[in-house]
Amino acid sequence: MRQTIAERIFTKKCGKIVVPGEIVEADVDYVMVNDITGLPAFEEFEKLGKKIKPIANKIVLIPDHYVPNKDVPSAKQAFAMREFARKYSIKNYFEVGRGGICHQIMIESGFVAPGRLIVGADSHTCTYGALGAFATGIGSTEAAGVFAMGKLWFKVPESQKVIIEGNLKEYVCGKDIILNIIGDIGVDGAIYKSMEFYGSTIKNLPLSDRITISNMCIEAGAKTGIIPPDEKVFNYLSGRVRGGYDPILADADATYLENFHYAAKDMVPMVAKPYLPSNVIPASECGVEIDQAYLGSCTNGRIEDLRTAARILKGRKVHQNVRLIVVPASKDVYARAMREGIFEIFLESDAFISGPTCGACLGGYMGVLAPGEKCVSTTNRNFLGRMGDAKSEVYLASPATVAASAIEGRIVDPSEVKHEK
Amino acid sequence: MKNKMKGRAWRFKDNVDTDQVIPAEYLITGDPKELSKHVFEKVRPDFAGSVKVGDMIVGGKNFGCGSSREHAVRALMGAGISCVIAESFARIFYRNSINLCLPPVECTMEVKNGDLLDVDLVEGRIQNLTDGRLYSFRQFPSFAILIMQRGGLMRYVEDSCTE
Repeated sequence: MRQTIAERIFTKKCGKIVVPGEIVEADVDYVMVNDITGLPAFEEFEKLGKKIKPIANKIVLIPDHYVPNKDVPSAKQAFAMREFARKYSIKNYFEVGRGGICHQIMIESGFVAPGRLIVGADSHTCTYGALGAFATGIGSTEAAGVFAMGKLWFKVPESQKVIIEGNLKEYVCGKDIILNIIGDIGVDGAIYKSMEFYGSTIKNLPLSDRITISNMCIEAGAKTGIIPPDEKVFNYLSGRVRGGYDPILADADATYLENFHYAAKDMVPMVAKPYLPSNVIPASECGVEIDQAYLGSCTNGRIEDLRTAARILKGRKVHQNVRLIVVPASKDVYARAMREGIFEIFLESDAFISGPTCGACLGGYMGVLAPGEKCVSTTNRNFLGRMGDAKSEVYLASPATVAASAIEGRIVDPSEVKHEK
Repeated sequence: MKNKMKGRAWRFKDNVDTDQVIPAEYLITGDPKELSKHVFEKVRPDFAGSVKVGDMIVGGKNFGCGSSREHAVRALMGAGISCVIAESFARIFYRNSINLCLPPVECTMEVKNGDLLDVDLVEGRIQNLTDGRLYSFRQFPSFAILIMQRGGLMRYVEDSCTE
């Protein structure tokens, strides 16, 4: 057997040896929908008729995009989710005040574990690969199909191997690594494929940075982005994970479609300019004046990200022409930031702090940009009109770069702002 | 699923993302007709007003990248689009299209806005009736054909659950 992690997970789930390109039907461990993708899934499911009941223990419902309800239509969407949970006694429903961004909740609440097969009606479901799961985004209708059947059709993907070796420079983090890679291979560089990450740099990265890397694999078109699970993952899951799990690693002689090698020492803080995540330049060469800085999202809204930004913001003020919006990814992140005094640092620097939601990331709720406005953001997409008007611009960067840029009023390399150690 | 279709082409470039197809602020319904009022609103404001039933989208590489929002496929279907042709598709958009029976045809072709196209899904052939050029494309995977012939994923699910 010379199988990659993705192939081994499908082999286990299907109970037979699978090969890339083969279409299989496989049992999934969990299916997640959010408030936006949930409504069409519930409608499709109800069309099946009264005889068919959902497999309630596999379903996770997490409202995060437009909650607390921003208007009457979004209130109806959130209501539909609540009602679906009640009607079918779905216990895994995370009401406003008990949850946060769906992907952070899936990880924090122990749904994600090595070797599991998880689908979610949200493209960033690929995030869970950071814990050694095979997880991928699907549509609403197929989520409804999984509600009923507990399984789904998959094309077993080919795999790419990314190897990163060496020590990272100060301020260079997971976000910079994945922006470097997307800049290199392009927004369709991993289309239909599973990316797997190896090397000493990845091994030494904290789990939160690994989560950022897996999260943005979809921005290269990947089906998922898997990191071999190790002690860091097992320790994180201890006392947290629901049920048992079986870590799956690649065979020693696994064959990959392509191999990519990177040296950590060559990487610097990066910025992805509009309108593609692959449009990257070093932050030091950007210099664009900004109106808004955004710290949050499933990509970079974890406590580690907030700590990094707070170290840079401590004792400083956000530039007079800039508003800094901070959105912790979950209730847990929010509580920790409060306890650690991080909120105090943010408030003293004149940042605005929001409750945990998807916030401004997708431009449909708060933090929306006016024509001509520019935002440096720790989110994952800088598509045309993503955060508001078609003539607004989003620049993707790390928490350190966003914090430093918020102080300077223009996009800078974080090393330009000296922080207190 | 109709096997043969004729329609006017709407030409798009590489990397059309689903935020372009249907901006996030309209993701407050799953209704195709309602969504179609805002299809391509930010990038092609004339589209929703002038698209006709049967028209086709011709994109470049990586069509439908970004968000998993099935609303993108629903918005196109609500606008009357009969099929999407592209050099390559982002995978979630591709899956959504098959599951909802909007044929995603992988084909590289030269086409101008307004050209009349004749697509034969069974033969795997596209003719540009405006300039006469003929193109062939690879057949869909057999499982995708099964789903589209049954009328979409939910009919397949229904049959499987009641068997």
